[in-house]
Order: sequence, then C-alpha cells, then structure tokens
Amino acid sequence: MEEELMDAIVNMEEEDALLVTRNMLDGGTDPMRIMDVCRQAMEVVGQRFEEGEYFVPELIMSGEILRQIADVVRPEMGEASQEKRLGKVVIGTVAGDIHDLGKNIVTFMLDINGFEVHDLGVDVPPEKFVEKIKEVGPEVVGLSALMTLAFDSMKETVEAIESAGLREKVRIMIGGGAVDEKVKEYARADAYGKDAVKAVTLAKAWTGGE
Amino acid sequence: MAAGEQDSFESRLKRVNDAIEIKVPDRVPIMLEFNFFPARYGGITIQDAFYDLDGWLAACEKAIVDFEPDIYFPPSRSLHVSGSVHEILGEKQIKWPGHGVGPDQPFQFVEGEYMTADEYDQFLADPSDFIVRTYLPRIFTALEGLRMLPSLRSGQSGYLGLPILSRVLATPPLIEAFDALSKAARESLKWTTGYLDFTKKMDALGFPAYAGCVTMAPFDVVSDFLRGMRGAMLDMFRCPEKLLAVMDSSVPGQIASAVAQFQSSGNRRVFIPLHRGADGFMSLEQFETFYWPGLKSVILGLIEAGLTPCPFFEGSYDTRLEYLAELPAGKIMARFDRTDLVKAKEVLGGSMCVSGGMPVSLLQTGTPEQVEEHTEMLIDTVGKDGGFIMGSNSVLDEARPELVRAWVDATIKYGQYT
Repeated sequence: MEEELMDAIVNMEEEDALLVTRNMLDGGTDPMRIMDVCRQAMEVVGQRFEEGEYFVPELIMSGEILRQIADVVRPEMGEASQEKRLGKVVIGTVAGDIHDLGKNIVTFMLDINGFEVHDLGVDVPPEKFVEKIKEVGPEVVGLSALMTLAFDSMKETVEAIESAGLREKVRIMIGGGAVDEKVKEYARADAYGKDAVKAVTLAKAWTGGE
Repeated sequence: MAAGEQDSFESRLKRVNDAIEIKVPDRVPIMLEFNFFPARYGGITIQDAFYDLDGWLAACEKAIVDFEPDIYFPPSRSLHVSGSVHEILGEKQIKWPGHGVGPDQPFQFVEGEYMTADEYDQFLADPSDFIVRTYLPRIFTALEGLRMLPSLRSGQSGYLGLPILSRVLATPPLIEAFDALSKAARESLKWTTGYLDFTKKMDALGFPAYAGCVTMAPFDVVSDFLRGMRGAMLDMFRCPEKLLAVMDSSVPGQIASAVAQFQSSGNRRVFIPLHRGADGFMSLEQFETFYWPGLKSVILGLIEAGLTPCPFFEGSYDTRLEYLAELPAGKIMARFDRTDLVKAKEVLGGSMCVSGGMPVSLLQTGTPEQVEEHTEMLIDTVGKDGGFIMGSNSVLDEARPELVRAWVDATIKYGQYT
C-alpha cells in the first residue's frame, strides 16, 4: 500500500492517491506513517524537478494531491509532532510588485525540502521584512520580483535590513522576472537564483545542509 | 540610405523590414520598448498618464523624438485605455496607479481563477454566452447585472423572444450595466482615437510603430484570462481534452481579432506576448502537446492573412528553438527575453529575424561604457549578416535615460553594415 501511495503521488495519479490513502486509513495505518510516505514522495517529485524531468505543472499537481491527502489524514492525527527543520527562510515579493507565481514555487520547494518558510506575500515593504526577521531569526531571506521597478525595492529592502543591524545575521537571495546577477550587485544581495532549484541549493548551502 | 541623409519613415521601415526578411539592412535597426519610460522622462507620474491622454502622448512623443528608434513600442500597447474606463467598469483584473498600486507604478495583472474547472462545458457549449453572462460580470463589478440576461440564444426566437428580453432588460441592474458599458465605450473611444492620431503624427515625423495589433497564444488565453496558471496546469492532468478544446476554439478568434486591428491601424505587425510556454514552465512534451500547436496555428493563420507575427518569447526558449525553425522563413520578427541569442541566431539565422539582447538590468544599473561594450558584442555576434533587430529583453520603464542614449548611439556606431 505504501508503495502504491508513493507511486500514485510521484506519477500524478490524483484519484489513485486519494483512494489508497482512504484504504490505508480504513485499514488502520498510522496517519503519521501516511504523511511520511507523502513526504518521501514529494522528495522524489522535487528531485525530478531538479533533474529537469518535472516542471511547474507537476509541482502544482503534486501540491494539490498532498493538500487533499492532508485534509483527509490530519483530522485522524493526534497532536502534531514537531518535525526537525533545516533552517528558517523569510520570503516575499518586494514592495510595488504583486506577482507571486515564482515566489510560491520557491516557497513550496523550500518547504518540501525541509525549511520552515515564512511567506510574507506580495508588495511587502522593507519594514515588514525587518520586523519578520527580528521575530523569527531566519538564516535566509528571499526577495522576489517580476517588475523592473522592483530592482530599487530590492535595494531598499537590503538597506533596511542593514540599517536594522541584521545584515550580518542573514544571507539574502533574490530572483524572478528580469532579475539577474547585475541586479544582485545593484541591490547588494548575496546571491541570485534563476529558479526554485537554485533557491533550495543556496538555502541548503547557507544553513549547512547538503 | 546614403551617408549623411536624414532618416525618414520609409528608410526606418525598410531597415526593419530588411531585417525581418532576413536581408542585410544598411545598419542594425533598434527597437525601443519604452512602455512607461516616457512618463518619468517627461516629468509626469504614471497615474497622470492614466488620466491625461494629452499629457501622456506628449511625453511619448518627446521620448520617441529624442531617442529616434527605428521602431517604437506603441503607447497603446502599454496603456490600453484610461483609468476612468477601468473605474467606470469596476475593473478587478488589473491594479493601476491609485487603484492598488502607487502613482509611479505600471499597472499589474491580478492572477486568478476567472473561470472554474466545472465551467468548461458551459464555455464550450457557447463561448460568447459564457463570456457575456458569466465572465464579464465576474471581472467587472459594474457589469454584474449582465448575469440577469437570458441565454443569448433566446434571440433565435425572433419577434417571440422580444417579450423575454424586454422583461429583463428594463430591470435596474441591467440598465446600470448597459449604462456603464456605453459610458466606458465613449471614454475608450477618446483614447483609441487619440492613439490613432498619435500614430499618424509619428508616421509623419518619420517613426514607424512596432505593432498595430496584439494577439495571444491559445494556452495563454486560458492560463492568463480564464483558468489562471494554477488552474490551467491542473487541467493538463485532470481534463486535458477540455483544455485543448477551449484552446482550439480560441484560434480563429485570435486571428480574426488581429485582422480587425490591422484594418483599423494599417500596421501589419502583430505583437504576441508569450507567457507560460517557456523553458522553466513546462516540459518539452507538455509544450508539444499544450502550447506549440495552438501558437503555431495562430502564427500560420496570421501569415496567411498577410500579417507579420511578432512573438515575444518571454523567459528562455533555449530548448525550444528547433520548433521555431518550423515556421515560414522571413515572415516573422521574433523577440527574445532570456534565450541565448547567439544560439538562437545559429538555429534560426537563415529563417527568422531575431530581436532583443540588451538586458534592462544593465540599462538600469550599468555604466555607459558597459552598455556600449555589450551593444558592440551583440552586433558582432547576433547582428552578423543581418536578420537582427536590436532590442531590450524587457520594458524600459526604469531604464536610465543616459544609458538608453549610450545604447542607441552605440547601435548606430557599431551597427553599420555598409
């Protein structure tokens, strides 16, 4: 059954995945065990994404399957056990920009790779980033933008983090739309990532993960 | 054009057409995708531009006359209609200055699921009916009354249908919706007329516009306007036949719309902004199933109608260039964003005009020397043997005027073929 669930998720077979989940619950499988299988399946999906076999449609579809499984399984779970996280990331689309497709994919990939992600949403002013960094103490900050106007917002956000005396405590990665290495230099971020895979690689490197 | 001669509308257009036809022009043509650049350059806010047609057009004219592009990105493609039209209609699909974004910010599209998955059948049974009675009321608050319309097919009952119509057409929500529509139409007309006059004026001053029409790839029609990206991508797994059927049904409309726009603008070039078919978005197999066939049909249909498709391949198409090579030679101006242009030129050089190459990040944060160096490199590599139009990878909204100047100057300096 576990293998069936794993295969169904990895191969985007939505109905099968839900059917097997219900059968497992009815058969008395520990809900925690089901969520573990889901996590393993998502790791495979992430791997295939990194290898260029899977793309955005598979990330969205597997996320949707996972959400539905969680809806069925969570009520059966007792107190949620605390999972160990690789590190914390504060992420958001910078001020003046309301686009979030790219940022959401990065958030999703970081999450399934074991990071605790605090997603501030879109059009996030610099002071909100600063506030959140003070509150949760992340190792990594991610700034996203599609619009060209956001190059300045990225710069201002990095400056605000600096003025708050937090610049040495975090590593900042940027990405999205017209962002590139040149913008990284301009905004004085630590790295530019061209896709979600790169974002995960950077976050892992910065938090001492492999 | 002989040395020392002033450029004219004809000489600039010939330069551009030579490049599109894969010939060697007198020099590398340059296109400037000003977008909202003219507002800041002309000392007005983008919010001003949204509400003051004359001020906006004066700013656009100043930018065009000062920088002298061989083709300019028409202001009507950046700012379609006034902020008042969006206000009258109660627009929900975009945020514009003063309405969700700041006074100096371009408008932004609100990604959303504007058609639900269970509405496919309704759409396919009668797209126009769905659009009028379900879709428009959903995206414009002032048109909510249209929900009360009877099926548009009730018109087929001839004079017998009249009582049905009269019963509902006189109800207040519908009266309000039609009032809003006609008010918005009159306001829009001021802008479309203003833009037509502007184009004529620029023609007379010697400056051809990049495109007179716009159309979309069928997948993007569904993904941008109907189902949202998330919805469209889930549908690729859940109901691929329905997704493909809606895409197929949109092809004739996309072509017909471009032809109608050509008839009013007289400009054959059709801007096709492409969104979700790029390298990172979907696999080659998905591209081949869901994206390319529809886009190819639209492009071939436009060529057949005597128009010049100008697809803008946003993102990277590095792995998809071979598909583009299937298209007829010398009929298309392809603009690229992050695609490796040297590779694009290698694959498409003999068959398709390639445009782009200048990153806006450089025009916002670089130095004049860096800009000049990059321009020279582009001309030496991608510009070799013609078939190339110098352009930016994205909009010039925030580009620094002195860097745009350096870029234009360097194109003229290094871009001479004769």
